[in-house]
Amino acid sequence: MTFFIQNLVNGISLGSLYALIAIGYTMVYGILRLINFAHGDIFMLGAYLAFYGMFFMSNVPWWGAFLLAVIVTGFFGILLERVAYSPLRNEPRINVLISAIGASFLMENLAILIFEGKPKPFPVPPLLDRSVKLGDISFNVIQIVIPVVTALLLVALHLVVNKTKTGMAMRALATDYEAASLMGININLIISATFLIGSLLAAVGGILYACRYPQLLPLMGMMPGIKCFIAAVIGGIGNLMGAVVGGLILGLSEIMIVAFLPSLNDYRDGFAFVILIVILLVKPTGLFGSNVKEKV
Amino acid sequence: MKKNKTNFNLLGIALFVVLLIVLQFVHLDDYYRKIVNLSFIYIVLGLSLNLINGFTGLFSLGHYGFMAVGAYTTAILTMPRDAKETYYMLEPCYDWLKAIELPLLPALLIGGLVAAFLGFLISLPVLRLNDDYLAIASMGFAEIILVLIRTQIRLTNGALGLKGVPRTDSYWLFGGVALLMIVFMVLLTTSAKGRALVAIREDEIAARAVGINSFRYKVVSFTIGSFWAGVGGGLMATLIGTVNQVQFTFQLTFNILLIVVLGGMGKIWGNVVAAMLVTFALEIMRFLDEPMGSGFFKNGRPGVRMVVFSLLLMVVVIGRTKLKGGKKRAKA
Repeated sequence: MTFFIQNLVNGISLGSLYALIAIGYTMVYGILRLINFAHGDIFMLGAYLAFYGMFFMSNVPWWGAFLLAVIVTGFFGILLERVAYSPLRNEPRINVLISAIGASFLMENLAILIFEGKPKPFPVPPLLDRSVKLGDISFNVIQIVIPVVTALLLVALHLVVNKTKTGMAMRALATDYEAASLMGININLIISATFLIGSLLAAVGGILYACRYPQLLPLMGMMPGIKCFIAAVIGGIGNLMGAVVGGLILGLSEIMIVAFLPSLNDYRDGFAFVILIVILLVKPTGLFGSNVKEKV
Repeated sequence: MKKNKTNFNLLGIALFVVLLIVLQFVHLDDYYRKIVNLSFIYIVLGLSLNLINGFTGLFSLGHYGFMAVGAYTTAILTMPRDAKETYYMLEPCYDWLKAIELPLLPALLIGGLVAAFLGFLISLPVLRLNDDYLAIASMGFAEIILVLIRTQIRLTNGALGLKGVPRTDSYWLFGGVALLMIVFMVLLTTSAKGRALVAIREDEIAARAVGINSFRYKVVSFTIGSFWAGVGGGLMATLIGTVNQVQFTFQLTFNILLIVVLGGMGKIWGNVVAAMLVTFALEIMRFLDEPMGSGFFKNGRPGVRMVVFSLLLMVVVIGRTKLKGGKKRAKA
C-alpha cells in the first residue's frame, strides 16, 4: 500500500508537470491549429535562464531569479510567434509546421552552441530540496510544490480565460477564427497573449522540472515536449481541462507501469505513444474533444 | 498540354540517365562519391514521402521508423556470418539469423517489403485519423518501432547498432534505384490511380462521391511509400556500412519533409532537384563545424552548421511566402 501511495505521489507530481506544459500546446493549437514544436524548447530555455539568473545575480534571492527567468521566457514566446509563425499565418499549414520544426531545431542548436552540450547541474534551492517523511512515505518537498504550484496556476489561468476580456477574445478566436477577426478582435494581440501565457507556464514547468531532475541539457525539452503534446492530444486538443487530465494520465501511467511492471522499464518511452494510439483509436478527437463535423 | 507534360517527364528521365553515364567518367574522391550517392538516396526518400504527403495529402511524420526497419533488415540480411559473430556484443545473434547471408538486391527488396508490411499494418488504424492527429500517431508508431529495435537485442544488437555491413559505392546501384523510383512515380502520376490519389488530397468527400474508395487508396499509397522508405533506409545502410538506432530520429523525417516542401508538394522533378540541393547544402556547410576552418571563416565550432542550416531553412520557408505575396488563408 505504501508502495502504491509512494508512486501515486511521484505520478501526480510528474503528471502535473506534464499538464503545465500541455496547456501551452493546447492553447496555441486551439487558436492557430498549429503544433508549436518549439514549445519543448521554451521549456528548456526557462530552466537555463533560471540557472544563469542564479549564477550571475548572486545577490538576488533564488525566487527572484526564477521569476525573472519566467518573465523573460514568456516574452521570448511572443518573439518566437512574431518571427516564425506570424509571417505564415495565411499559408498552408504544412509550411507553418515546417517553420515550427525549424524554430525548434534552431533553438536546440543555438542552445548547444551557447549553453554547451555537456550537462549542467542545476542548483536546487535548499528549501525545495529537503526530503520529508510522512509515515512510511518519503518524498522531496519539490514533489509537493509541483502539484500545488500547478493547481494555483490552473486557477489563475481559469480566471484569465473565463473572466477577462482577453480570455473571452481567446475563446472567440478558438471557436471561429474568421468571425472573431471580423468582430474587431485584435488578432495579433490575442495571439501574442496566448503565446505569452503558454510560454510562462512552460517556463514554470521547466524550472520545476529542473528542481526535480537537477540536470540541464540543451535537448532536455525534446522528450517532455513530445509527451506533453501527446497529453494535450489525449485530453482533446484545444481543451484546457483535457490537457490537465491528459497530463495526469500520462504521468501516472508512466510511473505506475514502471513501478508495478519493472520488466517493461526498457519500453518506457514507448508508453506515451501506445496510450496515445489506443485513445485516438477509441475516440479520435481525444477524451474531451468535441466532434467537428466535416463540412461538404 | 498533356503532351508537353509527357515530353517533360521523358526529358527529365533522359537527363537523369545522362547524369548517371557522365558520372561513370568523372573521377570523384570517396567523399564526393558518398555525397552524390546520398543525394540519390534522398531522391528515393523524398519521393516516397511526397507520394504519401504531397500526392495523397496524408500528413505522415513516421517515415524514419520505416527507414529504420528497412535499414536494419538489409543490414542483418547482408552481414556475413563472421561479422555477426564479431559485432553482436551484448548478446549473441539468433542462430538461424547467423546462417543467412543474402546478396544486396534481394536484401534491399526484403527490407522494403518488411517496411511495407509494417506500413500496411500501421496504416489500418492510423489512416482513420486526420491531419495533425495522423501526424502525431504516425510519429508515435515510428517511435514504438525504434523502442522495439532498441530492446530486441538478439536481433538488432540494441543500442550498439550494427557494424560491418558490406558496403558499395556504385553509382549504378544508388542512381539506378533513384531512377526506378522516378519512373515509378511518373507512371503512377500519369495513371488513373495517381489522379485518384490527387483527387483524395484535393477533396476527399468529392472523391468518395465519384466512387473512389478513398480508404483503400490511402492504405495502398501509405504502404507503397513505406516500401520505398524501407528501400531508402537499406540503401543508407549499405552506403555507410553501419546502422544505429540513433541515426533514425525525427530530424531525419524533417530533412525529407523539407525536400518535399522545397521541391513542391506533389511535384516529382522539383523533388529530385530539392533532394540534391539539400544534401549538398548540408554537406558543404560541414566546414562550419571545423575548428580550424579555412578562408575567412576560421572560428568554426561544432554545432554552427546546424544553427546555420535551421536559420537558412526558416529564411527560405518564410521568405518564399513573402515573395509570393498574400494568398488566401488555407481552409482550417
